[in-house]
Amino acid sequence: MAEEEARLKVHNLYKIFGPEPERAFQYIEQGVRKDEIFEKTGLTIGVQNANFKVYPNEIFVVMGLSGSGKSTLVRMLNRLIEPTSGEVYVEDKDLCQMSYEDLVQLRRTKMSMVFQSFALMPHLTVEQNAAFGLEIAGHPEDKRLERAHKVLELVGLKANAKSYPQELSGGMQQRVGLARGLAGDPDIMLMDEAFSALDPLIRTEMQDELLKLQEEAPRTIVFISHDLDEAMRIGDRIAMMEGGRIVQIGTPEEILKYPADDYVAAFFRGVDPTHVFSAADIVRDNQITLVQHKGEGPRVALERLQSYDRDFAYVLDTKHRFQGVVSIESLRQIIEQNGDGPEALKQAFLPEVETVSMDTHLQEVLPVITKLGCPVPVVDEDGKYKGAISKNRFLKTLRRDESQSLEQKQQVEELENS
Amino acid sequence: MLIEYVELPVDKWIEAAVNWLIANYRFVFQTIKVPIEITLNNIEAFLQWLPPFVVILVFAGLGFWAAGRRTGIFALLGLLAIGVMGVWEEAMITLSMVLSSVIFCTIVGIPVGIIGSQSDRFYTTIRPILDAMQSTPAFVYLVPVVMLFSIGTVAGVIATIVFSIPPVIRLTNLGIRQVHPELIEAGKAFGATRWQILRKIQIPNALTTIMAGLNQNIMLALAMVVIASLIGAGGLGLLVFEGVNSLKIGLAGVGGASIVLIAMVLDRVTQALGQIKKE
Repeated sequence: MAEEEARLKVHNLYKIFGPEPERAFQYIEQGVRKDEIFEKTGLTIGVQNANFKVYPNEIFVVMGLSGSGKSTLVRMLNRLIEPTSGEVYVEDKDLCQMSYEDLVQLRRTKMSMVFQSFALMPHLTVEQNAAFGLEIAGHPEDKRLERAHKVLELVGLKANAKSYPQELSGGMQQRVGLARGLAGDPDIMLMDEAFSALDPLIRTEMQDELLKLQEEAPRTIVFISHDLDEAMRIGDRIAMMEGGRIVQIGTPEEILKYPADDYVAAFFRGVDPTHVFSAADIVRDNQITLVQHKGEGPRVALERLQSYDRDFAYVLDTKHRFQGVVSIESLRQIIEQNGDGPEALKQAFLPEVETVSMDTHLQEVLPVITKLGCPVPVVDEDGKYKGAISKNRFLKTLRRDESQSLEQKQQVEELENS
Repeated sequence: MLIEYVELPVDKWIEAAVNWLIANYRFVFQTIKVPIEITLNNIEAFLQWLPPFVVILVFAGLGFWAAGRRTGIFALLGLLAIGVMGVWEEAMITLSMVLSSVIFCTIVGIPVGIIGSQSDRFYTTIRPILDAMQSTPAFVYLVPVVMLFSIGTVAGVIATIVFSIPPVIRLTNLGIRQVHPELIEAGKAFGATRWQILRKIQIPNALTTIMAGLNQNIMLALAMVVIASLIGAGGLGLLVFEGVNSLKIGLAGVGGASIVLIAMVLDRVTQALGQIKKE
């Protein structure tokens, strides 16, 4: 793709937080590390020397862990955060040099944004929310509602036009957010962790939805994510960020094959992912959970497991704290012994189920997985259930790895054979 | 001791300052009085002209519409009781004082609160003034008010406005500042100007809190309206004042009970109206 085709060009972009940010530049030139610069000057480097181009109709994913500066970066693309230095070109006009009036005009016509927290207006209906950008831009009411209905139909929410956002589920709310972003027919759509607040099933559904929309009416999208699977799934190209720097840009395959450094490698194939990753990185909240209360007996539990075609269910108390795991077999046994009510559910708990905490390294998760017959429940410091790690999920992470110790390899083989 | 040798004639300074204000700027205060006087007189004339049952039905209807049957019936019975006790005319004077004070508090207080929410410097400047307005003992207002605005019901309303405006300003400011920052960020991202953010995001989302401020405003106004009878304001406060002075406990009791009834009716009805806005 030729240079002039790029829809968005970012050149030497910096964001340094703190008074008199120029002080940081001399240290950056000397190659001083981010935390040392903070110690010396009290300045925090948000984004350091970002350079990239986004081409028409591609989904450009900016991927990194929290604190890597990806949210700061995307907010500099529409100047919600004022860059310290550098240039952002949209159609060969530098955003950073633009007057306030031109910037407002650009935000109204050329760029829109979808937020992690949805950020829908609680006092407006779904259709008014979808039409919000058009209202701000001063379009007459009938025109903007007509357009709002069109985009709501696109995201499958036409029937809910008159509802208020609070009445919708998280996934539906973000569809409204998406509709609002699409309504102004912008050249570029910025999506800041747009699907991160949704639960895994809905998240996948929304990713598919986005890809479907891209097929029907392609658009240039800058998508921020901390989720590797998400980045691989929807990204045409991925920029990997660490500590405010973009360490690598490429297609998912390129990054997978030729990671630029250990950090990127750890994400994809890992120096040894069991050291780099902790339970929090691979935990999935997609197991069946049951909340202990008066009505929840073994029969209800069994019914749910069977209807979802799962083998295990995770029992929580009303404060969402982990209590135990039940399986189809353990439930059947208890029911045969005529057990009923929440007490009987407790009797159906599998013996010796261990939990791991969010910061447990995968290395230490491995023996637990080998020992337990069910996915390992993960809890936070308050004992609250955060999800579970299944054997499959664990193996999938490990398979990216090539430098395991012999002992680990044996353990993994055992695991695969069991 | 130092205290015995040093003397600060603050009392004389205040006297001199107020005298100077009166001598040079009396016309300013007399001008301020005019719109308040016109508003008060019109509202009072209107309320006195209306047959009592119309006023009662309007409040009962409002209560019924906004909050349901219980509030409706309560408003009906409460106001009926005031009429039956034979103090309807005084009650209407008090009500018109409260209403005029609320009108001016709204006209002045909400804009001031909005400006305060937009400028930290402005708000930190007016905050001590608001503190003083709220914490100064109610009686203390009366002296300068009398000197600047002379006595009577209008002066009473002015004292009431000064005493009861702080919650309107505070809660308007608070309501706007409490609007979620991500909503404002969303507004900016879609190209909203500061004025659009204020009008289309901040104020609509702050309405419930602003209504709570108006409710507080009404309650404070009712408390002050009684004290204002000390400087010649009429109405229920005057009944209480006279009753206490001449040891007519019955008269004072009727006045006091009526004030409480009006307060409760106004409180329930305005709170319900605030809730409607929210939904």
